[in-house]
Amino acid sequence: MSEVGPKEVIVQPIFENNPIALQILGICSALAVTSSLQVTLVMCVALTTVCAFSNLSISLIRNHIPGSIRIIVQMIIIASLVIVVDQVLKAYAYQTSKQLSVFVGLIITNCIVMGRAEAFAMKNPPGLSFLDGIGNGLGYSVILIAVAVIRELFGSGKLLGIEIFPLVTEGGWYHANGLMLLPPSAFFIIGLLIWALRSWKPKQVEAPDYKLAPQSTALREAH
Amino acid sequence: MFEYYLSLFIRAVFVENMALAFFLGMCTFLAVSKKVQTAIGLGVAVIVVLTITVPVNNIIFQYLLKDGALAWAGMPNVDLSFLGLLSYIGVIAALVQILEMFLDRYVPALYNALGVFLPLITVNCAILGASLFMVERDYNFGESIVYGMGAGIGWALAIVALAGIREKLKYSDVPAGLRGLGITFIAVGLMSLGFMSFSGVQL
Repeated sequence: MSEVGPKEVIVQPIFENNPIALQILGICSALAVTSSLQVTLVMCVALTTVCAFSNLSISLIRNHIPGSIRIIVQMIIIASLVIVVDQVLKAYAYQTSKQLSVFVGLIITNCIVMGRAEAFAMKNPPGLSFLDGIGNGLGYSVILIAVAVIRELFGSGKLLGIEIFPLVTEGGWYHANGLMLLPPSAFFIIGLLIWALRSWKPKQVEAPDYKLAPQSTALREAH
Repeated sequence: MFEYYLSLFIRAVFVENMALAFFLGMCTFLAVSKKVQTAIGLGVAVIVVLTITVPVNNIIFQYLLKDGALAWAGMPNVDLSFLGLLSYIGVIAALVQILEMFLDRYVPALYNALGVFLPLITVNCAILGASLFMVERDYNFGESIVYGMGAGIGWALAIVALAGIREKLKYSDVPAGLRGLGITFIAVGLMSLGFMSFSGVQL
């Protein structure tokens, strides 16, 4: 990613170089907050904001940060931004902020933010870094929203609290799939999403550690 | 009293397993679980760091940050809890650094075994997560020691188990798109399903 324009910087992380599906970054919060779509949307906005602004501020001062303490500097900038987001959420969306509990705070240790600050913002001008932050935030959001839609729709028959599938318990026809609301389903869904993404873009498939040996002729004749 | 702490410990290890029930420390959990040997090293490091940082953060929260906690300094109306995140991550980063220097000087064998994982622990969500949970649930000092250690052991148990599974998994014939990350996610999902059977266990 040396010679890239603003468009590539935003679009690439969404499918080509997705932070969750390909780089295995920032999975922690991706799984825990996805049982309801509304909470997920708030989380996505929070992460994208933090990622974009941390990239912007780190990129602005990148020439003044001594190499040996850059991690601490990055961490403090990110932590301060997260505190701002946390306070804003507490002030204007208290209910959602209660549901998110510790996961807003955990944006600090979200590897996407840290990773982009280290890998991109330290080497690129502020404008481009800001867009890169937004792009990576969007890449994260796409996966999260997909997982949340599947989980909430099949788990409780609703989207954003609006009934889509009428439940049997309320006189409808849909049996709610309780598994979807439980933690393990998030793993299955992300695993399958990765499968889908890699079938679509076969370049991302990992090489196998071992190949199955072809059956030897002696063995075949023995049968 | 002892039973209460035991129950808290069991809950932290199994029922509220950091990795499999709260998905904390997932990045390292998936990235460093290819070999059992390294998984054990990382697991031990996490246990040590968690057992120290959670009680230390507890002290800081109780005596510096909580609403009215500065009463001993003559400032009963000060509420610094919004500084929480910044102080916890600072404490964690500093403690990991101190631990690294201490081990390097006095226990070189363990230091060499842990290697690069020790500094990496700073950005492990499980560590910060445990401190935040401690604050949210308002644990006292004793509880926070037990909770920190239990959470660490639970996380270590999960990563060693996953490494064991992945060591076998690499010999299997997995569909191309699912190879590597995909199948690992599904394996973790199944493990998480297994750990759910502990839910509701109370001593």
